[in-house]
Amino acid sequence: MSKEREPLFSAKNMKLITGPLNMSNPVTVQILGICSALAVTAKLKPAFVMALSVTIVTAFSNLIISCIRKTIPSRIRIIVQLVVVAALVILVDQVLKAFVYDVSKQLSVFVGLIITNCIIMGRLEAFALGNTPWRSFLDGIGNGMGYGVILLVLGFFRELLGAGTLWGYKVIPDSWYIANGGFYSNNALVLLPPMALVCVGLIIWIHRSRNKSLIEK
Amino acid sequence: MENLLNIFVKSMFIDNMVFAYFFGMCSFIAVSKSVKTAMGLGIAVVFVMGVTVPLNYLLNEYLLGPGALSWLGPDFAKVDLNFLSFIIFIAVIASFTQLVEMIVEKFAPALYNQLGIFLPLIAVNCAIMGASLFMQERAYPTIGEATVFGLGSGIGWWLAIVSMAAIREKMAYSHVPAPLKGVGITFILTGLMGIAFMTFLGIQL
Repeated sequence: MSKEREPLFSAKNMKLITGPLNMSNPVTVQILGICSALAVTAKLKPAFVMALSVTIVTAFSNLIISCIRKTIPSRIRIIVQLVVVAALVILVDQVLKAFVYDVSKQLSVFVGLIITNCIIMGRLEAFALGNTPWRSFLDGIGNGMGYGVILLVLGFFRELLGAGTLWGYKVIPDSWYIANGGFYSNNALVLLPPMALVCVGLIIWIHRSRNKSLIEK
Repeated sequence: MENLLNIFVKSMFIDNMVFAYFFGMCSFIAVSKSVKTAMGLGIAVVFVMGVTVPLNYLLNEYLLGPGALSWLGPDFAKVDLNFLSFIIFIAVIASFTQLVEMIVEKFAPALYNQLGIFLPLIAVNCAIMGASLFMQERAYPTIGEATVFGLGSGIGWWLAIVSMAAIREKMAYSHVPAPLKGVGITFILTGLMGIAFMTFLGIQL
């Protein structure tokens, strides 16, 4: 190979990270990995932990699959991918249980469900099977972060409007509440699961009205 | 018997996989464009769920849980293989999906072409993995209850996707703001249907 080596962080490689944050966002544009995006975002903290875990699993599973992509027979590739992802998720699950037990309890089955998160399978199928390890690693980080951004936005608004707190700290002053003679009360509806869907719908609305090219016919 | 009926109704309506937990949303959004395809995928999900949940129950009971290996002898009574459950469950589900794929390809090639990539993706349909994980977490005492739970959840998912597809077929004639078209409005609709399903929440069975 006499091809010139491209620098590790060339413009083309950086696009792999920035693209999924906006124009090819996994949640709002590719419609992948929605299940967990909705269920864990009632509070900011679990949303952050979830985003971090998914980014790590996506990046490393992309890296591993890309390294062994030439030796996997294409007929059994789904099983191979699942085994790699499941092994990584078990690691993440054990780490969470050891260091942030309370968050791990809140996330309950959703940590296990990272295995079936379509972002990971989707990126493995669409990207890691046909690209070099370093590029796949960046793509994994980019998509994990694109997913994380949506999770954090959802978690931010749902916790703020629903419970009046952020990261567990009170943000709305006590004197505002009706019980203390104020005018404000929390909107508990936002904490309920269905409102998460409506919130994602609104995010898609805003995102698409700013990027006209994404509008469906 | 009453107990089984309770679990069935509860898993179908009150704990509906789509509206209460958002499991299987990816294929739910992508395949709910026409009632016919939705019906096909729904039935496949009911079948896979109805078989894999009891299978995983047996594995959990006799292989994975704490003290599950005691039938091998007293030495094994303390072994706890719980950390392996993700990998075992997903292997069972993936192999069953492969089986369903072969059956559908053989007997309903038209449906096979319509479902396309989403048939193999049943393997990573969170609803199915979720049902197995919930079965483990809630620790149903007998295999009968686990089976009924699997079937009920599957039928709940099928109901959800078919009704969503019916609404989306009607919606082709309504004026939706352009940026909301397609995916956006589907999300909001699912949210509204979720609120409707929440009316079941207060019911004590």
